Amino acid sequence: MPKEPVAVVGIGQTRHTAARRDVSLAGLVREAARRALDDAELTWADVDAVVIGKAPDFFEGVMMPELYLADALGAVGKPLLRVHTAGSVGGSTALVAANLVAARVRRTVLTVAFEKQSESNAMWGLSLPVPFQQPLLAGAGGFFAPHVRAYMRRSGAPAAIGSLVAYKDRRNALKNPYAHLHEHDITLEKVQASPMLWDPIRYSETCPSSDGACAMVLTDRAGAARAPRPPAWVHGGAMRSEPTLFAGKDCVSPRAGKDCAADVYRQAGVTDPRRQIDAVEMYVPFSWYEPMWLENLGFAAEGEGWKLTEAGVTELDGDLPVNMSGGVLSTNPIGASGMIRFAEAALQVRGQAGEHQVPGARTALGHAYGGGSQFFSMWLVGTEPPAT
Amino acid sequence: MPDVLSASMVVEFPFTRSLGPVQSAFLTGLRERTVLGVRTTAGTVLVPPVEYDPRTAEEIRDLVEVAATGTVTTWAWNPAPRRGQPLATPFAWVLVRLDGADTALLHALDAPGPEAVRTGLRVRVRWAADRTGAITDIACFEPDEGSTPGHRARPHSGEFAGEAVTGIVAPARLDYTYTPGRAQSAYLAALAEHRVVGERCPRCRKVYVPPRGACPTCGVATAERVEVGPRGTVTTFCVVNIKAKNAMNDAIEVPYVYAHIALDGADLPLHGRIGGIPYDRVRMGLRVEPVWPGPGAGRHPDHYRPTGEPDADYDTYKELL
Repeated sequence: MPKEPVAVVGIGQTRHTAARRDVSLAGLVREAARRALDDAELTWADVDAVVIGKAPDFFEGVMMPELYLADALGAVGKPLLRVHTAGSVGGSTALVAANLVAARVRRTVLTVAFEKQSESNAMWGLSLPVPFQQPLLAGAGGFFAPHVRAYMRRSGAPAAIGSLVAYKDRRNALKNPYAHLHEHDITLEKVQASPMLWDPIRYSETCPSSDGACAMVLTDRAGAARAPRPPAWVHGGAMRSEPTLFAGKDCVSPRAGKDCAADVYRQAGVTDPRRQIDAVEMYVPFSWYEPMWLENLGFAAEGEGWKLTEAGVTELDGDLPVNMSGGVLSTNPIGASGMIRFAEAALQVRGQAGEHQVPGARTALGHAYGGGSQFFSMWLVGTEPPAT
Repeated sequence: MPDVLSASMVVEFPFTRSLGPVQSAFLTGLRERTVLGVRTTAGTVLVPPVEYDPRTAEEIRDLVEVAATGTVTTWAWNPAPRRGQPLATPFAWVLVRLDGADTALLHALDAPGPEAVRTGLRVRVRWAADRTGAITDIACFEPDEGSTPGHRARPHSGEFAGEAVTGIVAPARLDYTYTPGRAQSAYLAALAEHRVVGERCPRCRKVYVPPRGACPTCGVATAERVEVGPRGTVTTFCVVNIKAKNAMNDAIEVPYVYAHIALDGADLPLHGRIGGIPYDRVRMGLRVEPVWPGPGAGRHPDHYRPTGEPDADYDTYKELL
């Protein structure tokens, strides 16, 4: 029996910001979930199961928050699952929800991801003082900056590429009312003049710390037929993982990312992603990861990704727009960031992306990664239902 | 197993919480010696209150005041209180249904011994002398045999004189005993002798430094010890210009170079700081050697410094990036 086609019929997110002191964690996830239900014109009673995700419990210090959030998400008396794959978790969470529908285990699933970084301390949560280890940790930027340098050496990319990405994403964010950073006076010169934090990564090439939540309603073919607005159809979805460090790991272009993309493309019948995919929303917490992931995801040959960025191909009005929402560079509630990528891909093919809509987008990729380039999750969504 | 290291590890952080409207009213009420609950769509009074109806998922904001007296619905004796618990002497954990409420609140009961506690016991709140808007504003419960149930919940606006409590600080602390295991212990013992000893995977023959006792790609145990280095090559690096919010790093002045260093004979780089050279002259391919720490400064190299050898050719380390 073929899989049940999965449709995204509701999308909701909070207006992401540095600190949402007016709401509890429950209030925050509720806001996104309520908006997703409203978008789908459904009620809590229409939901068969809830799948939620966030970054590690240490971040906010709430053990098993999924238990406490059951009331707020209408999950009482229903299955409630929590997914846990570091920064990629928002994407993995959506895929677990999609699989419940595809397997005909549930008909309509609410999926939610969140983070309240203002009430958490990611740096602390990731830098526990483990005895006998060297106290050398330099934060996420310090962890990823050497990989960026390795990419620059390997590809021969000009030093300005990172600033082009940041300038583009911050301008895209100005068109997205939900984005955290709205830097109306942004210029390329300002990005390039911003302080070098972890050379070669500049301040303006890093993501902010945000409070936010994102939610989606996924449903089957019958649910999609009742939907008030055009659905986004899931054409492929996959997760892959690999160790953070191992002999032979390619830290610039991890094997798990390539394999994950290949699996998604195989499911969707995509043989030439550069031509067949209209828009990409990828997880770029540091600007240089745009060209790195363009190669890892098969949009450019190895060492060539930066040329797409440099030529303006990834601009909102380019041939292959990347991070139309403003991306992680403009909004980063860590646990939600992966789902925001997946949701943006769905918004684009539904034609609901507002000012940052790519005209005529019919196929879009949502991508997330997490840990030390250790977890990958992706989905490809389209305007038309998948051929069965 | 000889010489496996072990040490205590404390994980501790003061988390902040925004309360939202219902918890804000509840904790502000405690400060003012008032216990608030919330009425659900079906009329049930929940204490402590929640923001969303557990049955219907509807938002509920219908606050009510309940009594400071109630009835124990179940209990467990705690003979050995731990740090941070409500009372320092043995006490009973109790679920108390306050008069006017339909659900029970978890708290501590001050009682001389387990024989003095029973389900159905009448109790009352003992308020803390200093109240700040926290669950600890209820110091504990105490027996109150003379009181009678029958109090009805009364509507309450949730508003009180004085500033509302909108956030709390919730300190969290976990105490672990950490052991790095056999392979890491042997690695650390060798470091103390200024030697770097990794382990070779019997299947893929890759040398892991530091060793983990198992090969992460082959999934087999590793045991063959291989001395590597001490010299190595900087494969890549960054210049750290800001201090991490991590007390363990505070001694390191910025800027400093955080590098991946492939020791000669190792099949993946380890991480270290580069010194003995201006930070802006560090480069990929730089040949380095460890500078061992002074007495009492740990076992790991303090940093790595240039050896003076010519730089390694890119092709010799490009597979290690």
